[in-house]
Amino acid sequence: MTGLLYALASFGAFALVSGIILAIAQKVFHIDGDPMVDKIDALLPQTQCGQCGYPGCKPYSEAVASSQAEVNHCVPGGERVMLQIADLMGVEPKELEAEAAAPMLAFVREDECIGCTLCIKACPVDAIIGAPKQYHTVVADHCTGCTLCVEPCPVDCIDMLVKPELIEHWSWPLPETKRAQQGHERRDHHASHA
Amino acid sequence: MPLIMLSSPHAHGGDSVRVIMLTVILALLPAAGVSVYLFGWMAFLLIVTCIVAALLTEAVCLKWMGRPVATVLDNSAALTGLFLALTLPAATPWWMAVLGSVLAIVLGKQVYGGLGYNIFNPALSARVILLISFPLQMTTFIMPMSALEPAINLYDFSICATLFFIGPEALNLGFDAISMASPLGHIKTEWTVGVPVAEALAAYQYSYLDAFLGLESGSIGETSALALLIGGIFLLARHSITWHIPITYIVTVLVLAGLFNALNPDQYASPMFHLFAGGLILCAFFMATDPVSSPVTPMGQIIFGLGCGILTWSIRTWGGYPEGAMFAVVLMNCAVPLIDHYFRPRVYGHSARRES
Amino acid sequence: MKGGIIMPAMLRKIAQRLGMLQHSFTGGIHPDMHKVTAEMPIEDCAIGSLLVLPMKQHIGDICVPLVAVGDRVLRGQKIARSEGYLSVPVHASTSGHVVKIEEHAIAHPSGMGLPSIFIEPDGLDERDESLIPILDWENREATELRERARTCGLAGLGGAVFPTFIKLVQDKRFPVETVILNGIECEPWLTNDHRLMLEHAAEVLEGMGIIKHMVGAESGIIAIEDNKPDAAAAIQQALDDRDDMDGVSVVVLPTRYPQGSEKQLIYTLTGLEVPAGKLPMHIGVLCQNVATSKALYDAVVLGQPLTERIVTVSGDALAKPANLRVRLGTLMRSLFARQELEDFTDIQIIHGGPMMGERMKQPDVPVVKASTGLLAMSAEAMGAAHTVEQACIRCGHCSEACPISLVPNLLADQCRSEQFEKAEQYDLFDCIECGACSYVCPSNIPLVHYFRYGKGQVALQRREQVFAEASRKRSEAHENRLLREKEEKAARRSRVRKTHAPKTDEAKADETKPEKKAAAEPAAVEESK
Repeated sequence: MTGLLYALASFGAFALVSGIILAIAQKVFHIDGDPMVDKIDALLPQTQCGQCGYPGCKPYSEAVASSQAEVNHCVPGGERVMLQIADLMGVEPKELEAEAAAPMLAFVREDECIGCTLCIKACPVDAIIGAPKQYHTVVADHCTGCTLCVEPCPVDCIDMLVKPELIEHWSWPLPETKRAQQGHERRDHHASHA
Repeated sequence: MPLIMLSSPHAHGGDSVRVIMLTVILALLPAAGVSVYLFGWMAFLLIVTCIVAALLTEAVCLKWMGRPVATVLDNSAALTGLFLALTLPAATPWWMAVLGSVLAIVLGKQVYGGLGYNIFNPALSARVILLISFPLQMTTFIMPMSALEPAINLYDFSICATLFFIGPEALNLGFDAISMASPLGHIKTEWTVGVPVAEALAAYQYSYLDAFLGLESGSIGETSALALLIGGIFLLARHSITWHIPITYIVTVLVLAGLFNALNPDQYASPMFHLFAGGLILCAFFMATDPVSSPVTPMGQIIFGLGCGILTWSIRTWGGYPEGAMFAVVLMNCAVPLIDHYFRPRVYGHSARRES
Repeated sequence: MKGGIIMPAMLRKIAQRLGMLQHSFTGGIHPDMHKVTAEMPIEDCAIGSLLVLPMKQHIGDICVPLVAVGDRVLRGQKIARSEGYLSVPVHASTSGHVVKIEEHAIAHPSGMGLPSIFIEPDGLDERDESLIPILDWENREATELRERARTCGLAGLGGAVFPTFIKLVQDKRFPVETVILNGIECEPWLTNDHRLMLEHAAEVLEGMGIIKHMVGAESGIIAIEDNKPDAAAAIQQALDDRDDMDGVSVVVLPTRYPQGSEKQLIYTLTGLEVPAGKLPMHIGVLCQNVATSKALYDAVVLGQPLTERIVTVSGDALAKPANLRVRLGTLMRSLFARQELEDFTDIQIIHGGPMMGERMKQPDVPVVKASTGLLAMSAEAMGAAHTVEQACIRCGHCSEACPISLVPNLLADQCRSEQFEKAEQYDLFDCIECGACSYVCPSNIPLVHYFRYGKGQVALQRREQVFAEASRKRSEAHENRLLREKEEKAARRSRVRKTHAPKTDEAKADETKPEKKAAAEPAAVEESK
């Protein structure tokens, strides 16, 4: 009987001490905010296009972090971002629903622009410059290709052009050997069966 | 002109997996020859069965996995079969040999993804499985034809075929009648009844020369240190293997054996004995140096050899089994990815200290 | 074993320590050298009917055209100026008229192009004499000579085309003690440096003198591989003929690829390693190719900008190989035609050497400052039997061959499976892409291709990250701006309400309407968000 009492007492004491340590640790190591949201946001391309169904990259990160959204909604990010988010969240990769288009740049046909500033207001990164009654133009270096400016334009003078490939930014693709391609196929196969 | 975007270099030295595997097979031929001399048709049957079984198994596996069956011609399955055969005792029945080959190819190689992906040496992992599953047959060694009075005539094909395909009962012989303990097994069992090493070896009529030439009992390919050394030097000369693993492995065993032998010669056998006993030279030059399951980096290879040596000698001396080399190599195989990560060479332009 | 005999590293280190062997870099391979053009003197290549000069023939910023269509230009006239520091100008290679300025394919594996100036030669080959020859360069300031090197468009003619003037600098923090002229030429098939050293030894040596003067170095070494004993003798003879080159010596090194790689050459000659991320200048060494040295002589002593270079036209599919003196901008097709090759079916064209040169998709590409060689190769010579990639068997030959002591098989696996942080940790960016690893791989793994893929992806990801970060900042600024505007509006409205005195009932009825509108506006904005 005394053996049992001793066992109970020692375990109880151990549990009490562990509980106290955990409580102290929670206070001392407490982090403000949810770091997961910031980590996911850091992986996203910041196009702020809304193709994920959320009004911007930060809201989507918040939704993914709280497990309200799937990891495969980011269209511009493509497969790579989906895999990175899945890896971060510790979930299975999921096949992308939409194919990411080639990177695009918005282009205002200035001759037709009427200076209404509707596109300027629509751009989430302020990449269009201009003033009321003056023609507007897109700052190509800042444009993320989100296409949010195309709809508001009343005279439909904005084109989405494919971003030109610069030779300075050209890089070697994967070798065209079967084994190199197999790596990609295996990943796609895995993702679509998740 | 084709539009394949393969980058430089646009030249190749001509080396291929087939040639590498073939070189090792050639290096094993002296040992295979000695095995046939010692164990006659039994050795021959074992070798052929293992190789054929390995090739067939690999062909079936490749077909099943949707890979080109022609890959079986890269000689790696044939090599695995030959390896396995050389580590088996002569009295191994045919179904055990086939089982071993199947295990080596399937569990030792294909299940990991094929050549290049296995963690463990395929032949050794099969040998270990067989040893643990069939301890009696795997530790019973037939008396070789070099013995003074061999129990059965292994140069008679019909006798060997009967033994191989049916078993010793068909010849009205028990295992004990035709078998003979290996030197390692002998001194180990003698020590358990208190007989010191030197006495046990004298009773066994052990001679270092016989051990060097291979005129002793054991698995069919591991007895002849001379034949194996010839093969090993051939491999070194052809640059199929580097000196790091075999030399480190053997030197470690010699040093440990020498140390303990000096402390207590009654219990611990001499370094020379350990050198020629069991599968040390076979494992050091051929098994531990299997490229897929051994480290890539020179320092890593030395660590690997060191670990194998320590484990081999420890298992032989203090472990439950008389033979430790195959276990040692398989155990060190587990550590190889870690060894590769931590023992990378110093890169040009970087200081010696590495932050992993 | 063909091409694979490597001296055991331990033996080599022991020999070095015992003083029996000079420093010797680890790894390396011994490919068949195929120096079939070694005995062929340099031939002048006739100027074709069209010269295409790309606006960038160097590492760095692209140049801007100075001429317009229709202008007449002279040989050596500057036709494009540098914009940006890391750049050297482009000169017309012969006299003629500018017929076009537009994009043209360049010697790049992608097959893409650059803006180029098209010149139609007028056959007179008239020179621009505006640059005055400097015969007494020993008495001139280094800055003046440096400007001469820049304005003459000099770039590293060993193939790297790094703007030469940038290296020829005197930095008090990092004084240069040794100038090394790289006459190694370790690539198979190429013999342009070999012939240059044989036929222009005196100019190469004078260029060495100019470089030493410019950087204030005490000693100079001209390094030559031992498969070029005649070139070594020629340089040595030229050295003996002068009495003002004390401290300059010729060193003959054992033939091994890649002995001519800057890092390996410096180590072999001095025993010092260039620290990772640093330059040779940080350890007091400066390397230049022998052809660059001669070009410097031309620029300083003759006042002639860079308009031509020696090109080895060879390869196993070319029956009539040669070493040619070619005007920059000549299309490769005309060089091959001169050597009686016009049908390119089943033939691969390599720009440079086989180990580090690149395949060209078609022969209508101009010769530029980087064009050390042009090879017409059959598929078998290019290792066509070795293009089916198999699994890595972890044999370790690649690691033994690597002159930087990397572990290529692990790196390639990481690049293929997109584990780029791990690859960087395994020193992916220390790889010099020499190709020794791919050369020895028994599984035919295109190791260097994987590394290039990995490096490209890492660069791409970094660029995208920078852009994404900037976009995030802009998006946050955009949000903050809207928030500010909303607050200002609300503040204005409350100020308006406060400053106006209480009204009568009719006035109050009028007032509520605009108030309601003002209250409705922010709500509407919130709904539309």
